Amino acid sequence: MITLHDLVLTYPDGDRRLTAVDHVSLSVEPGVVVGVTGPSGSGKSSLLALAATLVRPDSGRVVVGGVDATALSADDAAALRRERIGIVFQQANLLPSLTAREQLQVMAELAGPASRSARAAAPTRADELLGAVGLADLRHRRPHELSGGQRQRVGVARALMNDPSALLVDEPTSALDSERGAEVVDLVVRLTRELRTATILVTHDLQHLPRLDRVVRLVDGRVTAADAPAHAVPVST
Amino acid sequence: MFVAWRDLRFARGRFALVAAVVALVTLLVGFLSGLSGGLAAQNVSAVLALPADRVVLAPPTGGGAATFGESVLTPAQTRVWRDAAGVTALHPLGLTQGRATHGDVSSAVAVLATDPGVDPDGPARDGRVTLSEDAATALGATAGATVRIAGRDLRVDAVTGPSWYSHTPVVRATLADWRALAPTPDAVTGLLVRGDTAADAADAAAGTASASPLGSLRFLPTFRSEIGSLALIVALLFGVSALVVGAFFTVWTMQRRGDVAVLAALGASRRALVRDALGQACVVLLGGVGLGLLVVVAAGAAAGTALPFVLSPATTLLPGALLVLLGLGGAAAAVRTVTTVDPLTALGSHR
Ligand SMILES: Nc1ncnc2c1ncn2[C@@H]1O[C@H](COP(=O)(O)OP(=O)(O)O)[C@@H](O)[C@H]1O
Ligand SMILES: [Mg+2]
Repeated sequence: MITLHDLVLTYPDGDRRLTAVDHVSLSVEPGVVVGVTGPSGSGKSSLLALAATLVRPDSGRVVVGGVDATALSADDAAALRRERIGIVFQQANLLPSLTAREQLQVMAELAGPASRSARAAAPTRADELLGAVGLADLRHRRPHELSGGQRQRVGVARALMNDPSALLVDEPTSALDSERGAEVVDLVVRLTRELRTATILVTHDLQHLPRLDRVVRLVDGRVTAADAPAHAVPVST
Repeated sequence: MFVAWRDLRFARGRFALVAAVVALVTLLVGFLSGLSGGLAAQNVSAVLALPADRVVLAPPTGGGAATFGESVLTPAQTRVWRDAAGVTALHPLGLTQGRATHGDVSSAVAVLATDPGVDPDGPARDGRVTLSEDAATALGATAGATVRIAGRDLRVDAVTGPSWYSHTPVVRATLADWRALAPTPDAVTGLLVRGDTAADAADAAAGTASASPLGSLRFLPTFRSEIGSLALIVALLFGVSALVVGAFFTVWTMQRRGDVAVLAALGASRRALVRDALGQACVVLLGGVGLGLLVVVAAGAAAGTALPFVLSPATTLLPGALLVLLGLGGAAAAVRTVTTVDPLTALGSHR
């Protein structure tokens, strides 16, 4: 479960401030995928960064799995991210020196050397998740030996490694062709159901919206069409 | 160290190159340290071993700093020191470079003398000498032989360990025999003083200069210039290695900023990120320094007695540890920027 309460985020813009997120509220239940869409520069990534505790809002609150993230120190926010939040980036952002399986194992080492039991459990969990995203056979490949779609699927598996309550996905399809993109969105939806994460998926690609449970449309940082069921959102071009 | 180890393996060429540079610097530093140590020992080991709490010398009458080579202490000066507060024992010191012959063999030696019984390595009575190891080798003499110094035949009591003064091996004699070599009949080179003395007052009253045996190295002008230039080169090499390692890790850390931002966004703690980066630097430094020291030890052992080369913890492990510390300092300056990486940049569309 992730809840965003009345969030405002501004960036310095010359001697004024640019409002990137303008009083946005959003609540996502476990097992549900909410899409966030809108034109380029409408504040989608900024909203995701707020939800991910990567930036602090000017006002409003972020609550993840029952924990209010708004007032946390940088170190506590990092701990919250590694324990309760899974992030999938626009570029897969894999580490070049690690194999697919190690990309997932590293999630057990983010707070320093893992405990013996955590270290022993990590490869099994990693193989399970790589199996779930259809990459069991490629687990020993490094990023440069994987296609864009495969890399993005490793990114999805990595985000789920620590069993997060929230899964935040930023334009996962922008670097992929439409078929590969659709596969990744389907994967996110399927795993959201299976693992009961509260998922926010940012995309400007309207083709994917019908697969999602709800869609929020942002324009200039404000919600213009919220909480409408996906099939009720007019899919126009 | 999960990512650090894998980076080391993945970019092994780059890390091996830096480790090789560190190894080379270690090799140079280790070699120079060993050589400096060897040269220093051949210059001063006898002075350092003088049996005294304070060594008293007289500066030249024309003015200038006191030196072992030129010091001539008068009986009047000796009397002042004999009466100085805190002196529990006082013996004359004679130290002069000269030649010794044994049969057809002749060699430059330093004759070191004081009263019998004061220097445990010295001869028991007049008419006798002891030879330091290298003096015995140079003269081809052993215990029981007779060597000739300044026209006197002296019997060799014993051969002792290595002892050097101003790059000549030491022969120990009694003061009475040394006087044959002395520049003036009743003067001595200096005094060996025991006790917690009021040295400044005594120096002022007697017009002498005194120091502990270690401090008395400043009365050896050649030692200062010799060791000074070697020490300068070693210090420069330390600086070079800190810079090389610091520069490498600055570039490396900048290259990794994107990866670091991703790890931070995924929830890596700053401590874990810094530990990973420093651990990586540590591995490179220990590898390079270890390799360099291995070569130094091998080369030092091979050099044997051909070079004045000292292999000891002080000339190998100490500079090695210093290189690791300095390198880590350089790396730490670079790695500090890891903590300033904004995890938000991982969300950007271009890294
Ligand atoms: N770090 C930043 N500093 C200043 N302005 C920013 C920053 N990030 C985004 N913006 C601005 O905030 C607005 C929203 O950006 P963003 O959230 O990236 O939109 P989207 O993801 O929908 O394209 C844009 O006008 C953008 O220029
Ligand atoms: Mg964006």
